[in-house]
Amino acid sequence: MSKIGLIMGREIKSKLTNKTFIIMTILAPLLITGFLAFIIKMSQSEKTEQSVLVVDDSKLFEDKLKGNEYIKLTFTSAKLEQAVNEFYKKNYTCVLWVSPTIIEGGAGATKLFYKKSPGFAFQTFIKDQMEKIIYENKLKANNIDPNIISNSRQSIKIILEKVNDKGNTEEQSAFGFFGFITGALMFIFILMYGMMVFRSVMEEKTNRIVEVIVSSVKPFELMIGKIFGVAVLGLIQFVAMGIITFLLSSILSGVFLKDAYTQLDKFKEQQEMVKKNGSNTNFNSLEKFDDQVEFFEVLSKIKKINFIEVFVCFVLYFIGGYLFYSSIMAAIGSAVDTESDSQQFITPVMIPLMLGYFIASKTILDPDSSIVFWGSLIPFTSPIVMMSRIANGVPVWEIITSLLLLFASFIIMVWLAAKIYRTGILMYGKKTNWREIGKWLFYK
Amino acid sequence: MNILQINNVSKKYSQHIALNNVSLSIPEKSIFGLLGPNGAGKTSLIRIINQITGPDTGEIFFKNEKLSQKHIEKIGYLPEERGLYKKMTVGEQALYLAQLKGLKKNDAKKKLLYWFEKFEMGGWWKKKIEELSKGMQQKVQFIVTVLHEPELIILDEPFSGFDPINAQLIKNEIIELQKKGSTIIFSTHNMGSVEELCNNIALINKSEKILDGSVNEIKKQHRTNTYKIAFKGNVMGFANALWTGGEVLEKITEDDTHYFTIKLAKNITSNQVLQLILPTCEIVSFNEIIPNMNDIFISNVKPINNTTQINNAFTE
Repeated sequence: MSKIGLIMGREIKSKLTNKTFIIMTILAPLLITGFLAFIIKMSQSEKTEQSVLVVDDSKLFEDKLKGNEYIKLTFTSAKLEQAVNEFYKKNYTCVLWVSPTIIEGGAGATKLFYKKSPGFAFQTFIKDQMEKIIYENKLKANNIDPNIISNSRQSIKIILEKVNDKGNTEEQSAFGFFGFITGALMFIFILMYGMMVFRSVMEEKTNRIVEVIVSSVKPFELMIGKIFGVAVLGLIQFVAMGIITFLLSSILSGVFLKDAYTQLDKFKEQQEMVKKNGSNTNFNSLEKFDDQVEFFEVLSKIKKINFIEVFVCFVLYFIGGYLFYSSIMAAIGSAVDTESDSQQFITPVMIPLMLGYFIASKTILDPDSSIVFWGSLIPFTSPIVMMSRIANGVPVWEIITSLLLLFASFIIMVWLAAKIYRTGILMYGKKTNWREIGKWLFYK
Repeated sequence: MNILQINNVSKKYSQHIALNNVSLSIPEKSIFGLLGPNGAGKTSLIRIINQITGPDTGEIFFKNEKLSQKHIEKIGYLPEERGLYKKMTVGEQALYLAQLKGLKKNDAKKKLLYWFEKFEMGGWWKKKIEELSKGMQQKVQFIVTVLHEPELIILDEPFSGFDPINAQLIKNEIIELQKKGSTIIFSTHNMGSVEELCNNIALINKSEKILDGSVNEIKKQHRTNTYKIAFKGNVMGFANALWTGGEVLEKITEDDTHYFTIKLAKNITSNQVLQLILPTCEIVSFNEIIPNMNDIFISNVKPINNTTQINNAFTE
């Protein structure tokens, strides 16, 4: 037993002092939180201040084209040439020029001169208004009251409410994308640490140190020490990554989401009222959040995720899935002499993992389908598929069953792997195939 | 007492029989040579002794106790295919391997320092293995093998890859270890070192033991009654005198001295031959030609049909 400890210790120490490993541990959370921050930032509306000088030669837009709290419009009767020439002397961020024939359309009938590239949202803001004004103008030219048209047209926002078996509505919690990300992370981690075991086994074999070691410890002890050592390494990395991610995301959400949460609460309050009053709701009295509904949905789902549950499940499924797959990896690592021979063995191991990944991606669209259900129970795919479901809320019995199945299959797998391993590590110079490996299972 | 008693051990891999009913006794405090051509089954036997694999049938006793896990710490093993972790430092690695053999960290360190001093490896502790030459790595491997003062040391081709100076160093160590009470089994193709070191040998060929015993005993058994005589005088007279005593296998003449290799006839002793030839010449020297291990090895292994061996190599 103490020898397994020694083997684990060596395994951990050799990787822990590895530069790539340290960089990985720090860089990965940076990338993840950076990516999340980027998505959140993108889903929020643009807030760059713009001060626009409008040279409207069509005379259609004065008084009709409106700015907002970030966009300030100033109309001028100056000529375009002059306005552009003086652009840099003045504080305007943009000059908007509208040709006299704008109503007939054509590319370049409107130009926006700028110093610093204006955002897409700003452009859309201006463009949408102008199109609307021209539209109304044309309607008027045909003696149609634009109010009739606009009143008869109403965009609606569908707000989803899930009803549970007790007849209560509960806030819709399907957050497929998050589930998919955790599933994908599981896929990456299992593969990454599985490969670590694979390489380590192969290294010992090609180094020819393995025979010295197995004359001191049983091959099984060596294999299990290696697998557990890398597992501890994985957990160290998780905890480190978890802490870094938590710190970073707290800082980021403090910066980006300060107002968002108070607004979100107000929005929710309103929706509660709508639910209560139904058709009697006076919608005019409600603050309109139409632009932000998508963002609120994302935000409220993030808020709803039980991160502790997700983290605990992630660790448990990682341990189970990793142990299961790394036993296979140890077995095939013992069977090959060179990295180039290894492909034919790694590919078949990758297939169930890939399958898990695809089923996980199906969870986004159809979390209650039977393929997802079975995929989250069968050990080959369960770590990945179950992780993709967990944020949606999964009955406890399903989690327990799937974990029990996973750990039971690990024990069977490690037993088989040990049989292959102890023969494989001492086989040199022979090209191995699956049939050969099959035979090793039956050696005494 | 025998340190190892191997009884009727057989080991089979799917189509290939590695060991067929092999029995051996290895006396305590001896240097035991395990000989045989490549693929004869030596490494399989060594692995079974090290409990890396188990025999299909047969039993092994270590000092009259059935061989078990607890004996692992009493055995030191230097395999033929030996390596070290390239990225680890010499010291760390040696400590690790010593601890795997059951030594406490501090004891291991003390012993290592002693050996490092002895082998003039003082500055090596913090060097990475990949920075060492092959010969230097072999020294580290040898030290690790004997560090835990095993009662039984098994060396598989210990001299391959060593330069003559280091090989001599290791030879001296082997002899010293034997004096201190260890038993050494070593497997080799180098017959010269067998003769130099071994008290006992076993010859394995095609999965079977074909010969074993003490080196002197085996040599006696393989005596061919051949002698080399150097003399001065008349060759014709010498040959006539010898007529009934034996046949001449080879004759060489240098200056006035003749060197004859003769095989004695049956039932004739060396004394009788000397009496026959004594009157005819002046004898300079008279020596028995004792077969060396190389001859014994070849003569025992060869009779097996060579062509089938080659065919097997192709089909395997």
